[in-house]
Amino acid sequence: MQAIWTSMSGSVEAGLLYALMALGVYITFRILDFPDLTVDGSFTTGGAIAAVMINAGYSPWLATAAALAGGLVAGSLTGLLHAKGKINGLLSGILMMIALYSINLRILGRPNMSLLGMDTIFPPIERDRRWMLLIVIAVVIVIIKLLIDAFLKTDLGLALRATGDNAKMIGSFGANTDTTKIIGVSLSNGLVALSGAVIAMQQGFADISMGIGMIVIGLASVIIGEALFGAKTVFRATLAVVLGSIVYRIVVALALRVDWLESSDVKLITAIIVIIALVVPTASRSWTMKKQAYKRSRELAGSEAGR
Amino acid sequence: MLRLTNIYKLFNPGTVDEKTALAGINLQLNPGDFVTVIGSNGAGKSTLMNIISGAMRPDMGDVLIDNQNVTQMPEFKRSIFIGRVFQDPMAGTAPRMTIEENLAMAYKRGQGRGLRLGVTRRRREMFREQLARLGIGLENRLRAKVGLLSGGERQALSLLMATFTNPRILLLDEHTAALDPARADLITRLTETIVREQRLTTLMVTHNMEQAIRLGNRLIMMDKGRIILDIDPDKKKSLTVERLLGEFEQISGHKLSDDRIVLG
Ligand SMILES: Nc1ncnc2c1ncn2[C@@H]1O[C@H](COP(=O)(O)OP(=O)(O)O)[C@@H](O)[C@H]1O
Ligand SMILES: [Mg+2]
Repeated sequence: MQAIWTSMSGSVEAGLLYALMALGVYITFRILDFPDLTVDGSFTTGGAIAAVMINAGYSPWLATAAALAGGLVAGSLTGLLHAKGKINGLLSGILMMIALYSINLRILGRPNMSLLGMDTIFPPIERDRRWMLLIVIAVVIVIIKLLIDAFLKTDLGLALRATGDNAKMIGSFGANTDTTKIIGVSLSNGLVALSGAVIAMQQGFADISMGIGMIVIGLASVIIGEALFGAKTVFRATLAVVLGSIVYRIVVALALRVDWLESSDVKLITAIIVIIALVVPTASRSWTMKKQAYKRSRELAGSEAGR
Repeated sequence: MLRLTNIYKLFNPGTVDEKTALAGINLQLNPGDFVTVIGSNGAGKSTLMNIISGAMRPDMGDVLIDNQNVTQMPEFKRSIFIGRVFQDPMAGTAPRMTIEENLAMAYKRGQGRGLRLGVTRRRREMFREQLARLGIGLENRLRAKVGLLSGGERQALSLLMATFTNPRILLLDEHTAALDPARADLITRLTETIVREQRLTTLMVTHNMEQAIRLGNRLIMMDKGRIILDIDPDKKKSLTVERLLGEFEQISGHKLSDDRIVLG
């Protein structure tokens, strides 16, 4: 029982920290309708900047802020490639992701860097009081979620949402959709890098491959969240993303308790979760439609025969 | 108000698909003019609208608004002067956003967009009043997603969004063509009222001949990228559909061809 509780609270904590990344993915994929793959690179960028700065003796808070800034810059470059360089969105992200791989190695100076025994933004805490830390993290994540909600209701936030919804329309009302795209992708990667930084501190190291597959994990969180908790309003949608991120971690933790699964299978499991979450709603919708159509046809045929 | 001088616009220049969409358009609109535009399919009417709004740049010629040369000004900057309603009811609104959010975006036409709340209490009251002018009950559905509205309701909302900030020029491109007759009629009546009450300088493309004659103070006829007839207010009063079609055939040398033409 104790073991399950520990693993549960571990999943919730990880889910909350990765939720920042998932919120970033939500901004590009759902709000801007821009499939941004920069994420895999910028997550590592965040972790790398934080690890290097902390090792160099800077305050962990400053290191976290710098990681956020690094993500903002990386995202705005992807945005620029797409909006000004007219490069296809998917390709812009891939180019940036590849470029970031080299840049991240430069930042780290080696494939991985330990943070063990160093001061991070997480205070050292005894095992049995870990739930307090969990509550603090939850509160901070909720505050960040509320800030994002508030931003999306400002004049600029509305223009950003409209850019993904009907770019022609918002352009005809005088918003520069290039600018709104760049701002959106930048903000998204800022959150992703922030997530990378806190994850590096939480796990005690940063390594060059920590971002691999992040985009799919982010997507999984968004899709699971939407499927389970709905996305009627912005408030609901961002809440769903955070909860989706937690559910994802719990599902993975449970899957790993299955004997014949290895921890290296996690990425495969993630891909399968995303595939199921994408296929099932569409398939069930078309199945319902077909049944409906068959029922109506029979009714029509019946009334024809009766005439 | 608006002046176009010798505008040319080609598509696919230098290829076998070359199309001369506009071939030397000269047009002047005076403040308060309400000009209806008719012409066959492919005459260049939509291209003309796109050139004025800045969605396209002319290959030659100048666009002047209030004596300012705006030819090279991008669409999003020019939008400060121009309100637009498209033919497709889906085109003028953001479906996943609410009615009040759509209005808030339109309210900020041509202004900087910052970190202030988009839908404030004061603005919401104003939106409610404005929506009530449409007379279709949208004022009670401020928080409904626009995607849930019918085509007619969306077009009415688009019309309001395009006009309630009093643009210098209003461009309407067959904005009733995709609607059923009753809805089209509603939108036409709303257009008439709004343009009259706000004295908007308006250019309206229509395929409804009767409407083209009844509405507005001027009528222009386009064919093959040119304006072939410009009927002034005096003459327009005594115009009939038969005379209009007759004039068209005489000048252009062919019949007005458009499957969607409605005679009235
Ligand atoms: N984007 C485009 N690419 C190529 N040809 C175009 C394009 N837009 C319009 N055209 C051509 O330009 C001509 C004028 O089109 P348009 O302005 O849409 O006419 P109208 O609105 O009067 O029916 C047509 O021959 C059309 O085929
Ligand atoms: Mg047209």
